[in-house]
Amino acid sequence: MRHFYGTTLANPLMLGTAKYPSPAILADAFKRSGASVATVSLRRESGIDLAGQDFWQMVRQLGVHILPNTAGCHTVKEAVTTAHMAREMFDTPWIKLEVIGEEDTLQPDVFGLVEAARILSKEGFQVFPYTTEDLIVADRLLNAGCEVLMPWGAPIGSGLGLNNTFGLRTLRAHFPDTPLVVDAGIGLPSHACAAMELGYDAVLLNTAVAKAGDPAAMAQAFANAISAGKAAAQANPIEKRDMAVPSTPVIGKAFLS
Amino acid sequence: MKIMLNGEAEETGAETLAQVLIAFGFGGAKVATALNGNFVAAINREAAELQEGDRLEILAPMQGG
Repeated sequence: MRHFYGTTLANPLMLGTAKYPSPAILADAFKRSGASVATVSLRRESGIDLAGQDFWQMVRQLGVHILPNTAGCHTVKEAVTTAHMAREMFDTPWIKLEVIGEEDTLQPDVFGLVEAARILSKEGFQVFPYTTEDLIVADRLLNAGCEVLMPWGAPIGSGLGLNNTFGLRTLRAHFPDTPLVVDAGIGLPSHACAAMELGYDAVLLNTAVAKAGDPAAMAQAFANAISAGKAAAQANPIEKRDMAVPSTPVIGKAFLS
Repeated sequence: MKIMLNGEAEETGAETLAQVLIAFGFGGAKVATALNGNFVAAINREAAELQEGDRLEILAPMQGG
């Protein structure tokens, strides 16, 4: 069984903590989803209301693994510095490494990503790189020290699902021993199910649950879909064919014409 | 002296990063700090002396995806 830097997840769902209508709904969504990992960020704190302190207390009570991100970072230096701050803040070597290259798509700057991953891996971080499904970039990230890859399904927050199923399947086939996570773009439980059916080890999502009309109910729907997709992958799905194959035996069919 | 604290211009008599945190209400809070774009670990805040015009970032856990 593939694991994440030595950690096995009870449930292959990593859930974001942003955009929920309230902290109570966030907590309920996490409970219903069964998520094993919560992603969090670092932002400027106010010395007046200290809002981040209450948030941190609430997240700790979720009882899940914490995966801090470098969201919003556009340069290697920004991402590396943010990772250092996150490691101290959250007391974990895990870092969801994002180096954003373009604003409209939030597509990763894969060149900066590889450079930042190499720096952080050498410093003992356990890097979860937000990347594309590009095979060569994946290879470079592994060479840089990453032991997990997180290709996007579609642009962050778009809800488009798996834009390049072929590419994701190819990535899975090329790196059979590497834990793979579809990160970003998932909009529906069926998208998450499809990712798991491809043999991915987990999915990471946020907006699809947080911005649903009923986040907790949607979280439950994702839990069911991910469970189904994982079970299907383990059951070894049939290969696709271009031509029909009758299900009912031909042998023994009556000659009636 | 004048410093930039989380993007806002502030006047302070504090001489170190540790003193600034107390002066601006962060005493005891769980925060991470950077001075002029460079991470300053908690154990180094006492020794981190401030200069006129320094840019200080004080970050805390926040929602993220």
